[in-house]
Amino acid sequence: MNDDKNAVEMEGISKQFPGVLANDDVDFTLRKGEIHALLGENGAGKSTLMNILTGLYRQDGGRIFVHGKQVEFRSPRDAINHGIGMVHQHFMLVPSQTVTENILLGLDEPKFRLNISHYEKIIADLGKRYGLHVDPGLKIWQLSVGEQQRVEILKMLYRGTDVLIMDEPTAVLAPQEIEELFKTMRSMTEEGKSIVFISHKLDEVMAIADRITVLRKGKVSAEGVITADTNKQHLAELMVGRKVLFRLEKADSTPGEKVLVVEDLLAENDKGLPALKGVSLNVCSGEIVGLAGVAGNGQTELAEVITGLRPVSGGCVRVHGETLIDERKSSGRGVGQVRRVIEAGVSHIPEDRTHVGSAPNLSVTDNIIMKGYREPPIAKGWSVDHVVAKEHAEKLRDEYEIMAPTVETHARLLSGGNLQRLILAREISSEPDLMIAMQPTRGLDVGAIEGVQRLLLAQRENGAAILLVSEELEELIALSDRIYTIYEGEIMGEVKEAEPEILGLMMTGTRLEDIDGVEEVEL
Amino acid sequence: MDLIIILQAGVASGTVLLFATIGEIFTERSGILNLGVEGMMLIGAMSAISTAFATGNPWLGVLVAMLVAGLLSQVHALVSIHFQADQVVSGLALTFLGTGLSLVFGEGLSKAGALSLLPTFTIPGLTQIPILGPILFTNQSVMVYIGYLSVPLAWYYINRTRPGMHLRAVGEFPAAADALGINVTRLRYFYVFVGGVFAGLSGATISLAISPGWFSQLTTSGQGWIAIGLVIFAQWDPVRAALGSYAFGALRRSILDIQGPTTLLGLRNPFYYNPYWGFFLQMLPYAFTILVLVLGSREAVRKRLGAPAALGLPYIRGERGL
Amino acid sequence: MSISEQDLSQRRWSFPFRVKFETRLEQPRWFSGAISLGAVILALILGGVVLKFVGGDPIRAYSFMVKASFGSLGVLSDTLTKATPLILTGLACAIAFRMRLWNIGAEGQFFLGAFGASAVVLTPLLPPDTSAWLMLPAMMIVGMIAGALWGFIPGFLKARFNVNEIISTLMMNYIAVAWNNFFIFAVWTEGGFQMSPQFPKTAWLPRLTDFGKDIPAFRGLTTHLGLIFGLVAAAIVWWIVYRSRWGYEIRLIGDNPRAAKYAGINIMRNTILVMMLSGALAGLGGMSEISGVVHRLQGAISPGYGFTGIIIAWLAKLNPFLIVPISILFGGLILAGREIQPSGIPMLIQGIILVCLIASDFLLRYRIRIVKLAREA
Repeated sequence: MNDDKNAVEMEGISKQFPGVLANDDVDFTLRKGEIHALLGENGAGKSTLMNILTGLYRQDGGRIFVHGKQVEFRSPRDAINHGIGMVHQHFMLVPSQTVTENILLGLDEPKFRLNISHYEKIIADLGKRYGLHVDPGLKIWQLSVGEQQRVEILKMLYRGTDVLIMDEPTAVLAPQEIEELFKTMRSMTEEGKSIVFISHKLDEVMAIADRITVLRKGKVSAEGVITADTNKQHLAELMVGRKVLFRLEKADSTPGEKVLVVEDLLAENDKGLPALKGVSLNVCSGEIVGLAGVAGNGQTELAEVITGLRPVSGGCVRVHGETLIDERKSSGRGVGQVRRVIEAGVSHIPEDRTHVGSAPNLSVTDNIIMKGYREPPIAKGWSVDHVVAKEHAEKLRDEYEIMAPTVETHARLLSGGNLQRLILAREISSEPDLMIAMQPTRGLDVGAIEGVQRLLLAQRENGAAILLVSEELEELIALSDRIYTIYEGEIMGEVKEAEPEILGLMMTGTRLEDIDGVEEVEL
Repeated sequence: MDLIIILQAGVASGTVLLFATIGEIFTERSGILNLGVEGMMLIGAMSAISTAFATGNPWLGVLVAMLVAGLLSQVHALVSIHFQADQVVSGLALTFLGTGLSLVFGEGLSKAGALSLLPTFTIPGLTQIPILGPILFTNQSVMVYIGYLSVPLAWYYINRTRPGMHLRAVGEFPAAADALGINVTRLRYFYVFVGGVFAGLSGATISLAISPGWFSQLTTSGQGWIAIGLVIFAQWDPVRAALGSYAFGALRRSILDIQGPTTLLGLRNPFYYNPYWGFFLQMLPYAFTILVLVLGSREAVRKRLGAPAALGLPYIRGERGL
Repeated sequence: MSISEQDLSQRRWSFPFRVKFETRLEQPRWFSGAISLGAVILALILGGVVLKFVGGDPIRAYSFMVKASFGSLGVLSDTLTKATPLILTGLACAIAFRMRLWNIGAEGQFFLGAFGASAVVLTPLLPPDTSAWLMLPAMMIVGMIAGALWGFIPGFLKARFNVNEIISTLMMNYIAVAWNNFFIFAVWTEGGFQMSPQFPKTAWLPRLTDFGKDIPAFRGLTTHLGLIFGLVAAAIVWWIVYRSRWGYEIRLIGDNPRAAKYAGINIMRNTILVMMLSGALAGLGGMSEISGVVHRLQGAISPGYGFTGIIIAWLAKLNPFLIVPISILFGGLILAGREIQPSGIPMLIQGIILVCLIASDFLLRYRIRIVKLAREA
């Protein structure tokens, strides 16, 4: 066990949380200078395992060896002192402080006085060395997502980490940025650093990893498999435990009339900067229209505008020909907009199911009637008929297979998948004409994902118009009849037959008409 | 109504608010909301005067006040940080606690005996400066001078030192600080303590310097709450806190003075001839606090400033955003 | 700094147990009440310790307090009288807290309610010989409107300018006292004393003792009609919160404002309406105290009913029906506390109760497990 060839060895790691055994006797070995992928679905235990390695959690059982010596980490600081650092999926950067301050955070020097300029130079040099270019004097909120990730990586390199753990680093990157990240990773391993690459994206894992370990439901289903010896199908099976179909049954679409028409929308984001710069699109009944784009290019704001949660400064939104949202109606406190949109028969599956889509300390029933409590039979005069509401909730619970002890259970006790099922039940059961679905499968396990996708397709067959925003390009391609691509608040193009390369180019700023080899096709 | 006198008294009275405000700024910057300032000030005032009576040494009184208030603040810290209770309710409980304790232990204090106060003095040389000299450096309590020093020291600490950087990080994004090895819990306990110490200092300033004596709840008459409002007005910056505190101090003095002379701006002074209108004057500091909050909020929206992002939210390791 | 096997044996002694906090997934029904009860008992014990410290005898003091509040029909009636304003301020706080609106201004709204009711009698808006059937409802309505106005102001400021309602409602408390004082000292003063003239009998809420001639047992009992107001208000508030559409909106906003916005609920309008309702309830408390007990407007009409209401609401977990019995208990505490030296004891005990209560909430959400740390060989 004192093999110096191994940077890290984790032996028999177990970790129990209330109600779930997150890691069950897990073995994991990281060789020096390799890129080792840790694969598994959401909830498989990858993050827990790595959180133990970086000192955020303590394992209940098992041992950890770093460069052959056994270690016990009592805090993240211990791990960092041993050269182990993590680049988190959700960046741990203080938005109001500068790059330099964020990188210096938690260190013992400078002793008392902050002489910033001295450190800015060091950091700029470090960035040049690894090809991670960032202006050290800028505040984090001024940086793009890709630049913020570079700061996260620099934070670790500055501390001299030689074991770097990257948690889903490509989730927020466009295809070209992913290539650059892979280049950076390879240059780091050439210097002798070792990298753990946590992901659930099989293509990327096959492209970048030297070896792969697969976790399923807390246990190791394959350890240290050499990439060359395996393929996507095999890995998917190891991840899920059964043969996985990559194709969905989708009938041909026969789109009807236009339900949603968005014209020249102009809107600002929370920072007051333009988020939508003249967006136009439409969705017809009986079709799923996808919106592709790297996170942060305006999709969130677009959905918020259409559903009335954000005011517009220009353009309009029409549903069934009636103007629901425009500049005039947006003025004032704009509160009536959301009501109007809901009453026009528009459903909204929000991006953030815990902070926007549900009320954690209210019951399942209360969450289900969130959109329908104003209409009879749930509404009765001035009151809410709690008997009818309960029956309605129980009916939907059975129909959509929401796993909850009772309908009185508080929503925060539901798992992610069940919460999403609740939201879908609520939004679909009203039989909407138009559905805005934002990242509906984010954070769900494969079984739940399939369920959601099937529901969306079923609604499509019923004649609903669906606008689907998703960061999984594969999902968009599989489900959508047409795909728009958004980049920096503008639509780059609309395609019917989707090819990932073309979508990738549009996602990084090339307009459809400027792409070589693409003919203007009448849509 | 001599403007110089008003400003001079204003600076003195404002020092009370200044200490409390700066203390709360430290606490809130670390992410903890402590609404118990009024209670901590009261118990500071009571401990100070009670110690001064007992020992004849006002400085000892100040020290005891700071320690007692700091200790009391730890109740709120324990409940908010370790028990993750709602910080609003916990702060209110602290107010009840501090007020109750000071009333109970302060029973009979006002009849205790001769009181030795903190020294007041004039700074030679600086007192000659036109206009500012008589206001700032003439015949002021030692606490006022300490107050002057505390502003740049607090500012420098928060903005230009490493521990200050950690303080800011803990209040903005505790998860990031934790992941880099900063002990969020320990720092928060510490800065709640700092807030308590300052509140105790503020109370001692009242009972041993500015308005000597013990008048039960009337000793502070809501200044602790005004301080909390001033923190928002100050946008969590010690320099702005000073401006706000001294302005308020001047306001309180003006309210007293305005009822004195028979003429006001050349006209018959309505407040002299109708003394009961003084009640409306009494409302002014509180109405002003509300006004200050309105202005502060609008400015925050305009400049996209705001409270420390994690203010009032308990930090639990391992809890992720989405 | 890595720990080899030799280092382990040379390590300094460290605490051999580790305390783990685990999220509690479910709790039996009785658990919440038991924890709250335990918190109150702990608080009383701690209060007793403080009493001992100041030279008192806690056992004697507590038993005296129980006798002084519940020992006979007479004191029981007085306890109920003290409980009446508490029920109303407790309800006022509870409904605001439901929406996470921290109304600390129930005290000031109480004062304004007293003012409004007094104005009807003293301006006079209605002549003194008006029938009680007209006078009393008029006092109620004006009192509630005055309280609602006092709640409207901070509510509006919060909705429109996002002004922190804790501070604004608190400031309004001080302004309310000064406002009332002006009228007591300057406008309605009687003979230079700091109080208004006594109200005509038609402005008095009927008390049990008023029926003493017919029912001898009622003689001397101070319980008045205000108690009925409190009970009716509790039922109405319960219906609003748990059965009405408005109550659903209030609960949703209180739990997750972003979700409420997503559901199309107008948060600003509800902020103002709830603050007005809260103020009206506290104002009704003020009217009932003025009209049922004091029978005049004076400076000392509340030993902190508005603040105690906060604790009652929290102890009752915002449940209107629990507020009633808890108000009775606190009424007893306030009644008996008047005769205890030092005078700060009731407030201190209330503070300790609140601290123990919120600390105990922790036990509802987490389980404590003590794990013995085993040395690894």
